[in-house]
Amino acid sequence: MGNIGLLFEGFGHILTFQHVLLMMVGVTLGILVGVLPGLGAPNGVSLLLPLTFSMEPISGIILLSCMYWGALFGGSTTSILFNIPGEPSSVATTFDGYPMAKAGQASRALTLAFVSAGIGALAGVVMITLVSGWVANFALRFSSPEYFAVYFLAFASFISMGSSAPFKTLVSMMLGFALASVGMDTISGNLRLTFDIPELIKGISFLIAVMGLFGIGELLLTTEEGLRFEGIKARVRISEVGRTVLELPRYWFTVVRSIFIGILMGITPAGPTAASFMSYGLASRSARDKSNFGKGDPRGIVAPETADHSAGTSALLPMLALGVPGSATAAVMMGGLMIWGLTPGPMLFVERPDFVWGLIASMYLGNIVAVILVIATVPLYASILRVPFTIIGPVIVAVIFSGAYQVSNSLTDVWLVVLFGLLGYIFKKLDYPLAPLVLAMVLGDKAEDAFRQSMLLSSGKLSIFWSNGLVSTLMAIGCLLLLAPALMWVMGVSRKRLTRPDLRQDPNENPL
Amino acid sequence: MRTSISRATILVAAFAAATPALAFDPDRPVEFVVTAGAGGGTDIFARTIQSIIGKYNLMKAPVIVTNKGSAGGAEGFVYTATAKGDNFKLAFGTNNAYLLPIRAKVPYTSADLTPVAALAADEFILWVNGKADYKTAADFVARAKEAGGELKVAGSQSKDTDQILTSMINEATGANLGYVPYKSGGEAAVQLAGGHVAANVNNPSENLGQWQAGMVKPVCVFKSERLKNDAKVAGDASWADIPTCKDSGIPIEDYNMPRTVWLPAGVDQDVVDFYANVLKKVSETPEWAKYLADTSQSADYMSGAQFADFIKADEASVSEILKREGWLAN
Repeated sequence: MGNIGLLFEGFGHILTFQHVLLMMVGVTLGILVGVLPGLGAPNGVSLLLPLTFSMEPISGIILLSCMYWGALFGGSTTSILFNIPGEPSSVATTFDGYPMAKAGQASRALTLAFVSAGIGALAGVVMITLVSGWVANFALRFSSPEYFAVYFLAFASFISMGSSAPFKTLVSMMLGFALASVGMDTISGNLRLTFDIPELIKGISFLIAVMGLFGIGELLLTTEEGLRFEGIKARVRISEVGRTVLELPRYWFTVVRSIFIGILMGITPAGPTAASFMSYGLASRSARDKSNFGKGDPRGIVAPETADHSAGTSALLPMLALGVPGSATAAVMMGGLMIWGLTPGPMLFVERPDFVWGLIASMYLGNIVAVILVIATVPLYASILRVPFTIIGPVIVAVIFSGAYQVSNSLTDVWLVVLFGLLGYIFKKLDYPLAPLVLAMVLGDKAEDAFRQSMLLSSGKLSIFWSNGLVSTLMAIGCLLLLAPALMWVMGVSRKRLTRPDLRQDPNENPL
Repeated sequence: MRTSISRATILVAAFAAATPALAFDPDRPVEFVVTAGAGGGTDIFARTIQSIIGKYNLMKAPVIVTNKGSAGGAEGFVYTATAKGDNFKLAFGTNNAYLLPIRAKVPYTSADLTPVAALAADEFILWVNGKADYKTAADFVARAKEAGGELKVAGSQSKDTDQILTSMINEATGANLGYVPYKSGGEAAVQLAGGHVAANVNNPSENLGQWQAGMVKPVCVFKSERLKNDAKVAGDASWADIPTCKDSGIPIEDYNMPRTVWLPAGVDQDVVDFYANVLKKVSETPEWAKYLADTSQSADYMSGAQFADFIKADEASVSEILKREGWLAN
């Protein structure tokens, strides 16, 4: 019960007019940087950081963390409206969010995303309030083998859900792994696949790839299909926001499962990206009627958004308690802490409880403020889709190109976006799935580092992946998820063979 | 010829520093290129300088900080090096500025950068898990020898300062410590706190939080004399209580990492002098002293010929180790 008391003290610290105003300013600025592709939360927070030097630490962290929440919500907006994810963790939202918006239900898609994101975030804060001490120690049990097992689990839960041919999935994923390995290798310190091009030594930014693959690729397709967004027909009604909120309780099971996945991934700390992919993968695999996934199934929005935000919030706990930032934005905030004269780490809870619990209290309020503000903007954003494509199309291209340039002030990135756009178009035309490529690109180099670190730790023995209860459990679940579709396929085939022996000689049967 | 000119101008600059008017004064925003990710040691180094410049109004032009930390910092150095003759880009780094081109095939050489100044020296400490029963560095070395190659040291980056120091420990003591590279010193700190590795050689500030909580403890500092800061930072212990490595079983005297500032090549000497002068003033403020104390770094301002000589000596000594390990890029 001690934590609850401290939390109320925290509320006492932050409930001032000035702080609530700071929250609203932070959230609004955050939505703005989140909506502009290429700017993103880490850049926005580091731009604001110098302003906070003269503030009280608690005011500074409220401003920065609220900007972070705002940016996360803003990132989902562009995923849904334009198929351009602003952060790696909102990629999974595009799979069903964009089709739904395209079909004329932009308000519904946005409301579903915002409300479930808000629920996810609040669940994360409640977890932090209740079990902060225990969870901090849990994160300490994670070493390289455990990290590898978590990434393996993310791949396994996502990989076999694709409806397209397994070999196409494989090709897409391998291309993603190759792209992820461009740049300097952490383990050997050598450069790989840079072809002596100076711009490539920093690697290929994930943001560049998705802006091209999803954003430009989709625009090319739309242009070919006849220059219009179908969303144009949609009317924007405020009542639809309310109706969608009432619709949410139907997906309570998806929400609960996604919260569970999100919190687990947030504290482990594999992070929001793994969480959102895993949650989407499980939602689509466990659904009884899978036919709508990828075409605008509401569960395909609720699952990744809830998991993303509950993981994003939970990830602040390892940052505060251990001094390990769970994301790029958290790293900038940690830099802020040190400049304000605070040492992130286990002693922060003991030495500055006013600061820590003030921050946690502000997470409750900040997220509620953010949900209210973004829901208020739903009609505004949804009506963007009613602008004729001949106007909005070129605007999106301009925004993507300037966003691509902003990622690291490099013109090469703009050309890369064009290349990725063509690649995305070809993939769509030939029916190759894009998701495995993106997943491999985001988690591929992390998984590789974790695997090779494990090998260094164990002097080359694979048994390290079964060396304790935690890593064994994770690996076992991963293997089960990976093999489940194959097992079901084998069972299905053998049953078919029993009932219809003529299928045995079918030359068209997939040799897998 | 160039060095003699620069020595002459340093003398001039020394006088000019006393008088207000210098030839160069930036009239547009100055970019601080941080060659490390946000939140790391180099990032805080640059942002602390930014905040001190702002507070004392040491420069009329505003300062913009950008993080270009990919490829072990090479991204930021390449970015700075390709802006040849640009008076408004300063790269902030460590000795990685001149070590990277020796150990990896990066598209720049140290000749593409102009050294401006070094402002501090970050120390290295041998840390072990808080529950470990080693008392001294000698105990640790003995255990490492016993275990063959099974004791692992976690560190930040590959073939960088941490791995070079690990290699020096092995060479000096005959131990056979394994090295596991992570992306940052923070990750290496958590691996040690969780007991997944036997030791790390983090800078003081990277392990302070875990030390205060008793999750890790310092064994010895790689310095010829003890650290000076005797404030009680972790329970009853202070930085000054940590014995030196050479006295307690690892014969390595001074090993530290300078925090450095660079301009692109091809800039005029008065530009270098202007920034060196601003940084000199930064290093004399109480805020700077507090930053050094908080992160337990040593004050070590160097510029001009002194800094150039230091770079040459450091390059030579580290190259030898890289050569021994077969890590030279060319």
